[in-house]
Amino acid sequence: MNIKALAAGLVFGASTLMSTSVLSATEIQWWHAMGGRLGEVVNEIAEKYNASQSDVVVVPTYKGGYEDTMTAGIAAFRAKEQPHVIQIFDAGAATIINAKGATVPVADLMKDFNIEDYIPGVRYFYADSDGKMIGLPFNSSTPLLYYNKDAFAEAGLENPPKTWEEFEAMAPKLKEAGYIALAQSHSPWIFSENFHSRHNIQLATGNNGYDSTDVKILYNNDHMKMHWSKVKEWLDAGYYGFYGRAWGDNQDAFVQKKVAMWLGSSGSFGGLTKSAEFEFGATFLPYWESIVKEPKGTFIGGAALFAMSGHSDEEYAAVADFFDYMTASDNQVFWHKETGYVPITSEAYAAAKDDGYYESTPDAEIGILQLSQEGGEWTKGYRLGYYVQIRDVMYKHFDDIFSGSASVDDAFAAMETESNALLKRFSDTYK
Amino acid sequence: MKRVQFEHSTIPYLFVAPQIAIIVIFFLWPAAQAIYQSFLLEDAFGLSTQFVWFRNYQDTIFSPSWLQAAGFTAIFATLVTFLSLGFALLLAVKANEVIRGASTYKTTLMWAYAIAPPVAGLMGNLMFNPLIGDLYKFFNVIGWDFNHKLDSFDAGFVVVLISVWKQVSVNFIFFLSGLQSIPNSVNEASMMDCRSPTRRFWTITFPLLAPTTFFLMVINITYAFFETFGIIDTTTRGAPGGATNTLVFKVFQDGFRGADLGGSSAQSVVLMILVLALTVIQFRFIERKVHY
Repeated sequence: MNIKALAAGLVFGASTLMSTSVLSATEIQWWHAMGGRLGEVVNEIAEKYNASQSDVVVVPTYKGGYEDTMTAGIAAFRAKEQPHVIQIFDAGAATIINAKGATVPVADLMKDFNIEDYIPGVRYFYADSDGKMIGLPFNSSTPLLYYNKDAFAEAGLENPPKTWEEFEAMAPKLKEAGYIALAQSHSPWIFSENFHSRHNIQLATGNNGYDSTDVKILYNNDHMKMHWSKVKEWLDAGYYGFYGRAWGDNQDAFVQKKVAMWLGSSGSFGGLTKSAEFEFGATFLPYWESIVKEPKGTFIGGAALFAMSGHSDEEYAAVADFFDYMTASDNQVFWHKETGYVPITSEAYAAAKDDGYYESTPDAEIGILQLSQEGGEWTKGYRLGYYVQIRDVMYKHFDDIFSGSASVDDAFAAMETESNALLKRFSDTYK
Repeated sequence: MKRVQFEHSTIPYLFVAPQIAIIVIFFLWPAAQAIYQSFLLEDAFGLSTQFVWFRNYQDTIFSPSWLQAAGFTAIFATLVTFLSLGFALLLAVKANEVIRGASTYKTTLMWAYAIAPPVAGLMGNLMFNPLIGDLYKFFNVIGWDFNHKLDSFDAGFVVVLISVWKQVSVNFIFFLSGLQSIPNSVNEASMMDCRSPTRRFWTITFPLLAPTTFFLMVINITYAFFETFGIIDTTTRGAPGGATNTLVFKVFQDGFRGADLGGSSAQSVVLMILVLALTVIQFRFIERKVHY
């Protein structure tokens, strides 16, 4: 009797063991850079996906900031221990996309992939020169102008500026009311990259760097220099506040009512709603009417999800399934509402609209509207190597302009030389 | 002639083996890797590799940003070493003379030793925050137009101040124990010969402290070169305009953030050579003046 029970138990045990090994779900490692509240939302998405089916288990792992995550991914790839999915930020796009064979393009991975399903501003930023999407835009944001409505009322102003010309007229009034008119949180992103997109100006040779790695940067142009001369004038006149390079320090100046307007990300919306104790509004990124009469849209910042190479077909099928889930309207709307990042598909945008979301919170729509504005020749983005270092070079020379230790002309000339040296190095890496 | 050879067992080798293994695994092997990598031009993912001789050295070391970082590192290391040694020595001498409540003084002067550099940096960052920082406000109130986000001198001041503050306590402990190991009889004899305490200090106490001072100098220079990374990373991150960028921070920026492995390896090899040369100089020329 006992022996029988034991044998039965053994058989049962063996069969369950076998069945679990046969039916075990495919595990997908997802490395991301979303900390804090964003990280919680990422975990929630993974949990919901895991609960929705039984074939795939997605395991999200927080790897630190954008750079940390990319470095971790590179180290893992070199050790042949790479995750299936990794989040890579805008400035790292050239590094991962130029490394032929490091990733599997999303366009190949996903069934029924159609780039036209995505909203215009996100389509080509992470695509190759033929327009094939390589990375799936994940947390996509775009620069916006936030303004303190109370401060505007105090200064006797009603609407936020549409153009920088209008801004110049408003700034003295805000100063009189006791405010610094403007601060911003990411000068390479807002006052350089998107400045070029908004005014439809080429920012690098070789189709903004999409066609080749052997390119030169075109930041040293008259429009940029005009703009930065103005910014320096504003700083000296007390219309512009500079609180260092850190994103948060400049945002804090807005939250603490030191500055009346702040250039930040569409993704900052959620955080501001919680921290600002005044009524604020969001509007489009201003432009110079002297450069363009009709401004173009901006492109995205943030990061994309890349499927790394070196895994089995079964695992790629699982990744594709997960990507399908991520791009489904419901999940996009959830992500959009929870984080303030824009929905990446037109269908999701329509769903959020039908939902009445923008009637209750109209400011949440500004980012998508700006990304959906008419595109031009130079609005799809840029693809430049060692761009993390180039941004450091830019910051360095912007600092010098602000402190007055270099003239605008000298700063931009030095920026051009140093950036081109970095681009040359990057290009020579792929020979 | 027959050579005299003593019999010995292999046991001593076994005893030193762990130490040797640690040195090989954690120092020699990575150093060799860095040297090898510094001759390669390679994409981050290691998919295309070329041997380029000294290209990486040329590209990075002659770049304006590296030269700027090298200049700042030299000034920074000198200031941090001398100021933290100077203050620590002053405090140690004074604390050594205190009789009532001596242990309270000593403990309060030592506690900063327990703070890690990044934490010290974060605390400094808070105190120098333009919106809420007390020190930032204080300096501006007393008439110093202080803005370390824009002014290179002010930014340098911030990182030197935090680095010195952090290091003073370590030096203090060593100086104090050095002072206490000077025999009382020597002090008493000197008191009979000379009335001036300043002169007594420079002719008797300071020479007797020389071994401690020399050791601390070596330690402090290494600290200023490498360990202050955490302070730079949490405060200025090299801003404004690269004015507070140190060599080790630049290695990190280019290698870990920028994914330029060859360039950052070349920089770390140069840094390694610099520190090695500096240490050799210290031992050859300064140690001669030290009497143990």
